[in-house]
Amino acid sequence: MIIRVVLPAHLRTLAHVDGEVKLDVEGVATSRAVLDALEACYPMLRGTIRDHVTQQRRAFVRFFACEQDLSHEPPDAPLPDAVATGAEPFLVVGAMAGG
Amino acid sequence: MSGVRLLVGTRKGAFVMTSDGTRERWDVTGPHFAGWEIYHLKGSPADPNRLYASQSSSWFGQVIQRSNDGGKTWETVGNKFVYDGPTGTHLWYDGTPHPWEFERVWHLEPSLTDPDTVYAGVEDAALFRSTDGGHTWQELPGLRTHGSARSWQPGAGGMCLHTILLDPSRPERIFTAISAAGVFRSDDAGKTWRPMNRGLKSDGIPDPNAEVGHCVHRIAMHRSRPSVLFMQKHWDVMRSDDAGESWREISGNLPTDFGFPIDVHAHEPDTIYVVPIKSDSEHYVPDARLRVYRSRTGGHEWEPLTKGLPQRDCYVNVLRDAMAVDSLDPCGVYFGTTGGQVYVSADAGNSWTPIVRDLPSVVSVEVHALP
Repeated sequence: MIIRVVLPAHLRTLAHVDGEVKLDVEGVATSRAVLDALEACYPMLRGTIRDHVTQQRRAFVRFFACEQDLSHEPPDAPLPDAVATGAEPFLVVGAMAGG
Repeated sequence: MSGVRLLVGTRKGAFVMTSDGTRERWDVTGPHFAGWEIYHLKGSPADPNRLYASQSSSWFGQVIQRSNDGGKTWETVGNKFVYDGPTGTHLWYDGTPHPWEFERVWHLEPSLTDPDTVYAGVEDAALFRSTDGGHTWQELPGLRTHGSARSWQPGAGGMCLHTILLDPSRPERIFTAISAAGVFRSDDAGKTWRPMNRGLKSDGIPDPNAEVGHCVHRIAMHRSRPSVLFMQKHWDVMRSDDAGESWREISGNLPTDFGFPIDVHAHEPDTIYVVPIKSDSEHYVPDARLRVYRSRTGGHEWEPLTKGLPQRDCYVNVLRDAMAVDSLDPCGVYFGTTGGQVYVSADAGNSWTPIVRDLPSVVSVEVHALP
């Protein structure tokens, strides 16, 4: 299935991409599967969204989809059907802060 | 006439500045890595076009960038910094044990001889090395696992390994400095380490003469005389004539001996530069005047250098990695301020000119000569 992912501006720059990223994710669409596919396609993003070793989401990064905050969902929880079918994107968001 | 390339790290990106040997007109490119904090970038002494940059943010963590063409283009390399073995604990601000946690790379020190070998000083304090051009990083764990490490404590800026000096006459000798632990020396290429803080006196710690716990801000050496070290400590400017075995104060007539950077003239091993600031609680220059102080006697006697620098209404600081000297003759001296100015002196400090005035706050300045 093709999952649409929207990255924050700094990570789009780092990955040299414009606009949405489209990822072919096998099996059940989960945040872990999406991030695995993302990092496989764009290895420079490893460590910027989740920790290299623990795979914990970085504190100031959030995951949104379908107007829901999925940041605290288990990484193996299925994503909403609308994300799995590509109707809605999976958003990686940098927490709002100034500076 | 040869030229120079200046590498400037700021709170919001990196800038590369080049000039010919006159150092009068400058081409400025950047910001590279716009919006990210660039704690440090530095070129390889063995290949001036090989650069390494530490790029980080609170949101997205650590990235390492590498250039093979003097900063025209960059590629991301490895950013996996994993402590080797059990991390143990150090002391937290409140005196409780706190597990070691990687935060960022403060300083990158390329090998003197191999462009693919580079050292990284990180927060929480540890030393890493890459031998494949930055693609992979291995900790040299002997420092972090030193017997004193559980008593190390962060300074206000974090517990950072911020200075790495490689001895050109003894390839197996490395000096590091950690805030707020002090100076450590290895004589076996980083396997084992000894604290090198005898003679330091810090009133802000329970035992002012403790073996470790001193907030060393920066150390510097002249490559022709690597057993002589100069130090800017939290308070006090210090000198060692025995490769760190003992230190003595050389603050002399400085208006204040608090500061961050210290550097050595490229051709005169006893000519040193500092930028005093008012105090530990007021991090800006005293009397609203930006003055570099130079000693031509290896310390004790200092002269203010003011020509071309603002002498009123100035409240900037110069951070520990934000001063550099080039190897041309006359020696060029450079520094960047927290107000975003980068100054050059093409006459060893006698007069100064701003290269740029309005960058983001400057964190680091490095320079190397071009063929």
